[in-house]
Amino acid sequence: METPQLSSLYQQLILEHYRNPRNKGELEEKTVEIHMANPVCGDEIRLQLRIEGNRIEDVKFLGSGCSISQASVSMMTIRLKGSSIDQADELAKRFTDMMHGDESAVKEKSLGDLRALQGVSKFPVRIKCALLGFDALQEALKKEAGVVEEGAT
Amino acid sequence: MSIEDFDPIRIRKDFPALDQTVHGKPLAYLDNAATSQKPRAVLDVLSEYYEKDNANVHRGIHELSRRATVAFEAAREKVASWINAPSAAECVWTRGTTEAINLVATAWGLDHVGKGDEILISVMEHHSNIVPWQLLAARTGATLKYIEIDDEGRLVLDGLESLLTERTKIVSISDVSNSLGTINPVKKIVDASRAVGAIVMVDGAQGVVHTKVDVQDLGCDFYAFGGHKMCGPTGVGVLWGRLELLEAMSPFQGGGEMIQIVGRDQSSWAAVPHKFEAGTPNIAGAIGLGAAVDYLSKIGTKAISMHENEIMAYAMEQLSLIPGLRIFGPSSLEDRSAVISFTMGDAHPHDISTILDTEGVAIRAGHHCAQLVMKHFGVPATARASFYLYSTREDVDRLVKGLDQVAAIFG
Ligand SMILES: Cc1ncc(COP(=O)(O)O)c(C=O)c1O
Repeated sequence: METPQLSSLYQQLILEHYRNPRNKGELEEKTVEIHMANPVCGDEIRLQLRIEGNRIEDVKFLGSGCSISQASVSMMTIRLKGSSIDQADELAKRFTDMMHGDESAVKEKSLGDLRALQGVSKFPVRIKCALLGFDALQEALKKEAGVVEEGAT
Repeated sequence: MSIEDFDPIRIRKDFPALDQTVHGKPLAYLDNAATSQKPRAVLDVLSEYYEKDNANVHRGIHELSRRATVAFEAAREKVASWINAPSAAECVWTRGTTEAINLVATAWGLDHVGKGDEILISVMEHHSNIVPWQLLAARTGATLKYIEIDDEGRLVLDGLESLLTERTKIVSISDVSNSLGTINPVKKIVDASRAVGAIVMVDGAQGVVHTKVDVQDLGCDFYAFGGHKMCGPTGVGVLWGRLELLEAMSPFQGGGEMIQIVGRDQSSWAAVPHKFEAGTPNIAGAIGLGAAVDYLSKIGTKAISMHENEIMAYAMEQLSLIPGLRIFGPSSLEDRSAVISFTMGDAHPHDISTILDTEGVAIRAGHHCAQLVMKHFGVPATARASFYLYSTREDVDRLVKGLDQVAAIFG
């Protein structure tokens, strides 16, 4: 296998988010919370969202893990705040595409700081780390959708 | 081989997997506590078996079956003498250490442990020496108790007498910790357990690799180990147990090989060890493990552990010079085997491992199946370098150089 460059993985922006994570803490008045762990390495996060109607009003997370998993969640929360459910869904999809090597995703402004994580796609064993937060997000959206459906009947 | 003749450079030539580059750099394999590489002698025996003798064991009259059976049972003799078991009949082939512990927790445990009884293990155990006992406790209503560890990762044995009661049915403890490298005073624990009539099981997954094991001298009742950390194939291991215990035990799994006569409603069991070996065993694996024992015996456990200790001492000295690096486990070299768990500044062990990997240095990062140890030290994970007979000072230097990179990125 071709040797991937460390510099493409450990970008300053990633280390900066790792050290100063945004939106880290306990969210008061959350409507949904998902606990997600990667048993292989012990990375874990608790993602908390306040969803009102079709909008993510607020989001916070708690957790610990490697620079990639923690930076990824931190960056994700920035994009999520104030976005619609559909936009959040789309964000998760595009980010996953990027992790699986889709180069076009990199150009997308909607990904914001998350684009700095593109290098992770060259490190197959670390892709799971970058996706941890998004896996939690998708679980949360599913759970929330379930609640809405139940409420509707 | 005498200790003076021990030459890791020559030994490395016996291990084909060590002779490769990873990401363009020569491989420095320092993940031996997870699994060791295999010598040519073992690989040859495996392919020879499949090419010439492949047949089911204890089931055929034909020549190939005879050969396979002879080799399979000869391997049992070899592992028995490796741990100084009184007889090969006391050595049960299993899938590995994990299955050996589960065998005892199930087949012995369900018959001997009841409501209100106690099972004693320690905080430093591998998950495979915790979870089977949790399952047993849940099924029987027994209580699971723990020997704590101190800040150097040693068992706290001061209050051992009070942890052991007449309700303690079994004590299960590792002789060497895979996450901290601590060498435990098993004999002391055996003696104290005997005093209350408890059975003692030893998880020897690491101990059998780094020390000369003598189950008779240890005085324990069960000893579990696997082949893959000691130059053998994966998927094969051994449960040694005292003959009278094994004979009195119920079977573990049912199937072919483990029976004597099968009736419609009931069956009778084969003699030990076959009573515990339902189904076609890992024949090639067992024969391969026998070859690994031959290989290691030729070199000599004493020479191997002296070499490992020298490499470990060198690594401890080099690593302790690195700013921000914290080493877990005993500080005195006599109490630790060739495993060094560490963290470095705020670089997560995962990141450390990725950076080292690009330098061709293979270490383990994570909780090492010892989440209770991680919790004790308040860390989510550690990086772990572990050494074996083919490890060299150069491997250590490569590790240290790789850690310079970590410092450059995270420092
Ligand atoms: C101390 C200890 N116990 C048990 C095990 C489990 O061994 P296995 O997974 O080979 O069954 C290991 C190895 O991972 C170990 O190091």
